[in-house]
Amino acid sequence: MTTTNARPDAAVQGTVASGLGHPSRGREVRDQAARIVMWAAFVLAIIPLVWILYTVFSKGFHLLLESQWWTNSQRGITSRRVGGGAVHAIQGTLIQAAVTAAIAVPIAVMTAVYLVEYGRGRFAKAVSFMVDILTGIPSIVAALFIYALWVTTFGLQRVGFSVVLALVLLMIPVVVRSTEEMLKLVPNELREASYALGVPKWKTIVKVVLPTAFSGIVTGILLGLARVMGETAPLLILGPYTKSIATDLFSGLMPTLPTMINQDRNELAQAAAAERVWAAALTLILLVLVLNIAGRVVARFGSVKK
Amino acid sequence: MAKRIDVSDLNVYYGSFKAVEGVSLTVEPRSVTAFIGPSGCGKSTFLRTLNRMHEVIPGGRVEGKVMLDDQDLYASGVDPVAVRRTVGMVFQRPNPFPTMSIYDNVAAGLKLNGVKGRKKLDEVVERSLRGANLWNEVKDRLSKPGAGLSGGQQQRLCIARAIAVEPQVLLMDEPCSALDPISTLAIEDLINDLKQTYTIVIVTHNMQQAARVSDRTAFFNLAATGKPGKLIEIDDTHRIFNNPSVKATEDYISGRFG
Amino acid sequence: MSTITGVTAPDETPGPSTGSPLGGGAAGTGRVGDRLFGGVARGAGLLVIALVSLIGAFLLWQAIPALARNEANFLTSREWVVAGDHPRFGIVELLWTTVAGSLIAMTIAVPVGVCVALFITQYAPRWLSRPAASLVDLLAAVPSIVYGLWGLNTFLPVEKPLEEFIQRWLGWFPLFNATSISGGTIFFIGIVLSIMVLPIVTALSREVFAQTPVTHKEGALALGATKWEMIRTAVLPFGRPGVISAAMLALGRALGETIAVTFIVSTLARGNDWSWSLFNGGETFASRIANNAAEFDSPQKAGAFIAAGLVLFVLTFIVNAIARIVIERRKAFSE
Repeated sequence: MTTTNARPDAAVQGTVASGLGHPSRGREVRDQAARIVMWAAFVLAIIPLVWILYTVFSKGFHLLLESQWWTNSQRGITSRRVGGGAVHAIQGTLIQAAVTAAIAVPIAVMTAVYLVEYGRGRFAKAVSFMVDILTGIPSIVAALFIYALWVTTFGLQRVGFSVVLALVLLMIPVVVRSTEEMLKLVPNELREASYALGVPKWKTIVKVVLPTAFSGIVTGILLGLARVMGETAPLLILGPYTKSIATDLFSGLMPTLPTMINQDRNELAQAAAAERVWAAALTLILLVLVLNIAGRVVARFGSVKK
Repeated sequence: MAKRIDVSDLNVYYGSFKAVEGVSLTVEPRSVTAFIGPSGCGKSTFLRTLNRMHEVIPGGRVEGKVMLDDQDLYASGVDPVAVRRTVGMVFQRPNPFPTMSIYDNVAAGLKLNGVKGRKKLDEVVERSLRGANLWNEVKDRLSKPGAGLSGGQQQRLCIARAIAVEPQVLLMDEPCSALDPISTLAIEDLINDLKQTYTIVIVTHNMQQAARVSDRTAFFNLAATGKPGKLIEIDDTHRIFNNPSVKATEDYISGRFG
Repeated sequence: MSTITGVTAPDETPGPSTGSPLGGGAAGTGRVGDRLFGGVARGAGLLVIALVSLIGAFLLWQAIPALARNEANFLTSREWVVAGDHPRFGIVELLWTTVAGSLIAMTIAVPVGVCVALFITQYAPRWLSRPAASLVDLLAAVPSIVYGLWGLNTFLPVEKPLEEFIQRWLGWFPLFNATSISGGTIFFIGIVLSIMVLPIVTALSREVFAQTPVTHKEGALALGATKWEMIRTAVLPFGRPGVISAAMLALGRALGETIAVTFIVSTLARGNDWSWSLFNGGETFASRIANNAAEFDSPQKAGAFIAAGLVLFVLTFIVNAIARIVIERRKAFSE
């Protein structure tokens, strides 16, 4: 074996012999170009966000400043007329969201508990796979399924609760994944300390693991809710709009912000209707933003951080 | 050919924290210089300033001069990228690129520098692998992934990769600490061969290795925790280990601390 | 934390002792509480599996009678007559619109998303990377109905000149033939969809890019690579499975998007001539179902739409399964 001492290639040697200047012009240009492209991509991504928020804000905020927006419904208001409010839609959205959470969260959290604390082998793999599939199911497919189940099979009416069922399907996978991540972050030493004290497994989970991961779980729930509140497809299939306040999930029609927006989308030539549509959109965005920010704030104060 | 390194009064900072203070030393061309000292004394930090790798960590900066022959590495207008081409580095844990074959790993540095042409690359890859004493073991499987080799082989692959770009200086940051004794011996033999071509600086926490492998040895130490590291003594290896001038060096060598 | 998009990246570090901590067996035997609780947890998992299977099963069950009565070829016919004694309906137009729109979205969203992810993880100054990530995630928080509203009313007029420009100069190419559609086109919805799925690509990509082992990045730099070369050598190859998975998830989202498409894309009159042009209108699976939701009064009519929904279910199932497999293979490789 020889270590050749010969200095054969000028191409490699050249840069060295020329001292510690810069790498070739071409490489430098590419490096700078890459930097510019990355910055440009970022700016490009932010432009639509700013544009959308600006549009919705500027077109919608007038009505939000009026108190009747928050207290009146649309009863008796035609698309031409100014007036009325959105309380019926806001209530409907909030009620549906709350009931959705009440059903979806226990199922999702327990599924995550299963996957992290108990799961082993093929069954757990299957469950995890299915959660991924559930994450990817389009909202309209979930809505169709509930339609096929609720209306066609059981012959029931299209009521608020049927919408809730579809939303539950959409919320479960989001909460499962985020809860799962939080549970995995709880250090094993905590569990071991509890077992060493003779505490049974289920109590360890309920009294030690879940409380430690609590804030992260709450964050996941809030983010999941924010997602689900903006879903319109299930409402189109299962939740027709009405102009009056309705709070019964099991009979009659229930109005929501998305359907309120949808109702008048073809009437945007009418100034009054257009204003209401944008204002409803702004209300929806505000609700979603509030939930998002609340979620992040809760995460910041949690005891287990990512 | 292989260059000498002259460091004058170098201070190394991370942000406002001074990690290493007032180092001045000379490394002769085509020799092996070892840096020894207890954990945390700044020897790896100082090593990294010789190829400006400390700048990869935000806030890393130096005061002072590092001369490579007659070039100041820290002169304005000097690109760190060019410095790293001239001063190569081998890391503590072997880090071949996992998505690349053995061939591609060795050629990686060359391709970056615009060397093209299959024949030329073949030539340099073979030469580098021979130089790293790895050629015979891998010549039949150059297209296999680099990560599939044993630890010692991976480290020799990293050495081949480093010498493929024909640096003047080779820095080695505890290259054997993750390897078994047999691989370690193989790498030490390799260093002995390599020093005929390159200037080598090796950081090691293994004093016997320093004694085996190096021509000169530099001893670094901390005054106290939280204080910057300093160069205590540098001398020919046999003098450092048999007849050190500074008491702290002698204490360290004889195991009274560290 | 999984982001608003609900996307999680693969863990490179195994979770609490790969599986249930301490096996759980020793701490659990014999106690009623454990038996009950474990049972409930397992039940929840079972419920999830059951739900997905039920969805597929129900859609199939309800679609079959309508498919059986269909007098046209479901996969190749362009007709859509669902009422009456001689239903004839086929999905080929829906397939074209859905896939074309989604592919346009991917062509834009994947490169831009990867660049944004690289920006956030490699180029942004420290103080900017967290806020930047949050901002991009916010794109996912905007409800789709708002995208539909804004897209149709505010963005479309601005984008129309671009369409006209392309039609004028590249109109000879079949994809870019000029049409008389003044409303939303497949081309346009592709652009809007790309904005909607961009945060998914970015979120997952940036998680894998951030996990690139530092030693590989340093190895590349030590060879004298510029920053971009280091990214090409160490970061991108490492992150490739993650990016592929992200692209699949984004595709799934684009395929299934309903309300934005319904608002934006002009539906075509029945019986119009076929055109390859991207500047045509059309309906996707989702928007056709949504546009006709009021007509679900008879099981037969509903059945045709459910059949369309079934196709969409299968499409998104496949795409999500691919995403999952790509990630699983990488996890097995690195463990």
